[in-house]
Amino acid sequence: MLSEAFAGGNSILHRLDPRLRIVFATLFSFLLAVSKSFPTMTAGLGLSMVMIGLSQIPLKEVLKRVVVINGFNLVLFVLLPITFEGTPLFLIGPMACSVQGLILAVQITLKSNAILLIFLSLVATMTISTLGNALNRIHIPEKIVYLMLLAYRYVFVLEQEYLRLVTAIKVRGFEPKTNLHTYRTYAYLFGMLLVRATARADRVYQSMLCRGFKGKFYCIHGFSFSGLDRIGLVVLTLILILLGSMEWLNPMPFNVMNF
Amino acid sequence: MAESNAFQCDEFLIDLENVSFSYPGQGPLLDRLNFQLRKGERLGLIGPNGSGKSTFMHLLMGLIKPDSGSVRLFGMPMAGEKDFKQARKRLGFVFQNADDQLFSPTVIEDVAFGLLNNGKTPKEAVALSKKILRALDLEGFEDRITYKLSGGEKKLVSLATVLVMEPEVLLLDEPTTGLDEQTVKRIADLLNELNIGYVVVSHEFDFLAKTTGDIFAMKNGQIRFQCTSDQFRPAG
Repeated sequence: MLSEAFAGGNSILHRLDPRLRIVFATLFSFLLAVSKSFPTMTAGLGLSMVMIGLSQIPLKEVLKRVVVINGFNLVLFVLLPITFEGTPLFLIGPMACSVQGLILAVQITLKSNAILLIFLSLVATMTISTLGNALNRIHIPEKIVYLMLLAYRYVFVLEQEYLRLVTAIKVRGFEPKTNLHTYRTYAYLFGMLLVRATARADRVYQSMLCRGFKGKFYCIHGFSFSGLDRIGLVVLTLILILLGSMEWLNPMPFNVMNF
Repeated sequence: MAESNAFQCDEFLIDLENVSFSYPGQGPLLDRLNFQLRKGERLGLIGPNGSGKSTFMHLLMGLIKPDSGSVRLFGMPMAGEKDFKQARKRLGFVFQNADDQLFSPTVIEDVAFGLLNNGKTPKEAVALSKKILRALDLEGFEDRITYKLSGGEKKLVSLATVLVMEPEVLLLDEPTTGLDEQTVKRIADLLNELNIGYVVVSHEFDFLAKTTGDIFAMKNGQIRFQCTSDQFRPAG
């Protein structure tokens, strides 16, 4: 389950103000997502790799996540060239693989990897709690923030309850098969989990009422902007300006529609 | 003390008179129940599963409404949610399951939660929270993740979340369930050091004997005096 594998660490990125990291990662992702020029995308990917290096997070764990996202990209590489109409690059039997489809697949791969890596290096390097507090401080609606924090808190409790239920059916000799009994058992299992989650939600709310909850959450954490953060702000802003300028100076040279 | 009408209401911090309650489609769980608690009194409450002990506590906190009868807390009649909101500031309730109580990601945030609700500034809330953690020997727990705590630690932290609000009366619902002997002893010692009154619901006579004065039993929807805790103290 959620292990916060990258949150522990003392790299320069770990020490950077969480708000700055979140805002930069978000703007960077939007910029890359709407980007149409290859130089911007490759520069973005290169930069995100540098960030991974700076964050000093275990590369093996990073690779595991990269593999997952590129599994999807692989499917795009197979499907897009044969489904996207355009200049044929080569023929596989009756099917033509288009250049446009291939370019689109490459673009999506570059963008998705760059965005994943920038989030791993900048956002995954903080605990969920810090993330919540930082989101709160940058005025993300508190209901969204607390929905995230409460979901994070209780996902573990639900997991434990799920495992308890699974153990309970296993010790009574349950073996999943393709039959009605199995489907019914799973339906009961998930139904019971839902009922328990609802009952727990009620109890948690009651316990909050008992401690004077009035529908408003307060944040005890303040973040102070240090010298390092000021330098970080300047550097990251320059990076965004640079990437934006690259995009502006290379307007759609590889737009699939130009072929 | 229960079932005594010889005193003026205002003398009691908790005063329930002829309170009845039933869940929909079921017979009465609490049936014309009377209960009183004076300042500083420490009472134990025992009773079989399903006898209405937890319901009784929820009723005191205003989490459920009685079908009939009157609830007075700190001398004030509790007419609705508005009254209970005020009373909850003076009445601390420790839930049976600590996972129901600890919902914040870190310990310090959970302990500070009640203080912030009551208008303390974040700085004051953090300072008071650290103080109570220190008092409960939980120093260094501030940034621990609540779901990663052991069962005993969770219970102690949930006690801290309530004690930090400096309640005048404490209600504890099965505070020792599933805890090892050492933690049970720690909680008993902690309760004995408090200078406020409390009501403890528990199945464990030993625990009640160590922490309370009089023990009451819940039977047939009513609370009746059972014995003084001395009678349960192990010989010697």
